[in-house]
Amino acid sequence: MARKPVPRPTPETQPYWDGARAGELRIQRCTACGDHYFYPRPLCPRCGSEAVEWVTASGRATLHSYVINHRPAPGFENEAPYAIAIVQLEEGPRMMTNLVGVQATPEQLVLDMALEVAFQDREGTCIPVFRPAGAAR
Amino acid sequence: MSVRGRVAIVGAAETDRLGVIPDCSALQLHAEAARNAIRDCGIDRREIDGFAAAGQSPVAVAHHLGLVPRWLDGTAIGGCSFLVHVRHAAAAIAAGLCQVVLITHGESGRSRVGAAPRAADPASPGGQFEAPYGVAGPPTMFPIGVLRYMKTFGLTHEQLASVAVAQRKWASRNPRALKREPITVDDVLASPLIAYPMHLLECCLVTDGGGALVLTSAERAAAMGLQKPPVYVLGTGESAEAPMVSMMEDFTTSRAFRVSSAGAFAEAGIAPADADHLMVYDAFAHLPIYGLEDLGFVGRGEAGAFIAEGSTEPGGRLPMNTNGGGLSYTHTGMYGMFAIQESVRQLRGEAAAQVPDVEVSVVQGVGGMFMSAATLVLGTAATL
Repeated sequence: MARKPVPRPTPETQPYWDGARAGELRIQRCTACGDHYFYPRPLCPRCGSEAVEWVTASGRATLHSYVINHRPAPGFENEAPYAIAIVQLEEGPRMMTNLVGVQATPEQLVLDMALEVAFQDREGTCIPVFRPAGAAR
Repeated sequence: MSVRGRVAIVGAAETDRLGVIPDCSALQLHAEAARNAIRDCGIDRREIDGFAAAGQSPVAVAHHLGLVPRWLDGTAIGGCSFLVHVRHAAAAIAAGLCQVVLITHGESGRSRVGAAPRAADPASPGGQFEAPYGVAGPPTMFPIGVLRYMKTFGLTHEQLASVAVAQRKWASRNPRALKREPITVDDVLASPLIAYPMHLLECCLVTDGGGALVLTSAERAAAMGLQKPPVYVLGTGESAEAPMVSMMEDFTTSRAFRVSSAGAFAEAGIAPADADHLMVYDAFAHLPIYGLEDLGFVGRGEAGAFIAEGSTEPGGRLPMNTNGGGLSYTHTGMYGMFAIQESVRQLRGEAAAQVPDVEVSVVQGVGGMFMSAATLVLGTAATL
């Protein structure tokens, strides 16, 4: 089976991937306007300030939208159909992710359901994914 | 400065064939479309001094054609690039930077002959923050906000399916459309799920083909002794949102659609109600829904019912995607060129499914997955 895609960090995103390796979802916050944002870059997309800091997100999120993919990407053959989701973090930003610990059906995947972050090891890189909040670990 | 009415599309044509063309490279599809557009307006090719293309380098295509450009545009921001080329060309002609601009599209989207490989750089934002989640082409990305739209506005699966049904009605009148057999909402909902909530018949075709345009000043167009009426550029707009669909500000509306169309309507001095005909780039069935709302043809949340009740079908009050669209006519990958071509045909009165008395036509293009957008308001001489 083909390998799943493995992200290659850049200097600007390295702290995010280091955080995932440490079991933390790290995002950025602008100290000028207070906004949290994703994806990682060293300037606030809202106000342009470069006074930004890394923070550890709570890992709590809600299910904002998704598709259930029936034509798997290389490396995902054994998982189809699988959900590709947009989650909204408690801090505000949204991100793409996969959903784990829940069946990928419209009945099980209800918009705005509570989720929490988990991490999947992939060739030494940890990929943030989300599962229903409070699910057995 | 406004370019309203100062520049005209004088030549417009597609490749001889559309669909599956395994005996033609992407580069040669550009060339065939160019030949046909040059023939369409009867201009001497040596008079072409401006050139624009996307998909292939404009340098490569210009050289393939033997042109000597004095103005180039290689803007490549997805399927709306050709609308952007029209906008930039109109400004360049109005400013005197060049006199006659050729814009070409050719794509071996189906057969992949001489086509660039599709691969995400794992260090790019998309390679880091989308590809690891198993995205597999546009069907897994473009519709990712549809369920949010459905929850927000109560759009039903049947209404979404009705977009494909309406466009097939147009395609059934068009001998060049790849898919012409009539379909029902039940057919759409019974077609295989590609990426829930999208079924096969709610996803665009994947084809080979091309198209090209020739633009010049309104004055020169008047002096050319054209066999077909010039189509005037009344208003244009362009914008961009995010390189990753997951970064959209709001998954129920396209900011790029709103910004680009507002600029085009303002320059043209018209409101949506003044348009006789509309093309909305339909890579997937939800795009016409977003387009109708974001351009202001209907209110937020109203487009699904508007389409389902037949408003955009043959005989409806707002004829939309009258070639059959990307869902039924053709979709090479960067469909925007074909949306412009149909708009030109309708304004010239030569479309396969001709709408009576089209004076103003609006073309809304999209690039990437709601990544970028461009809008053209085109009109006949009566609108000047």
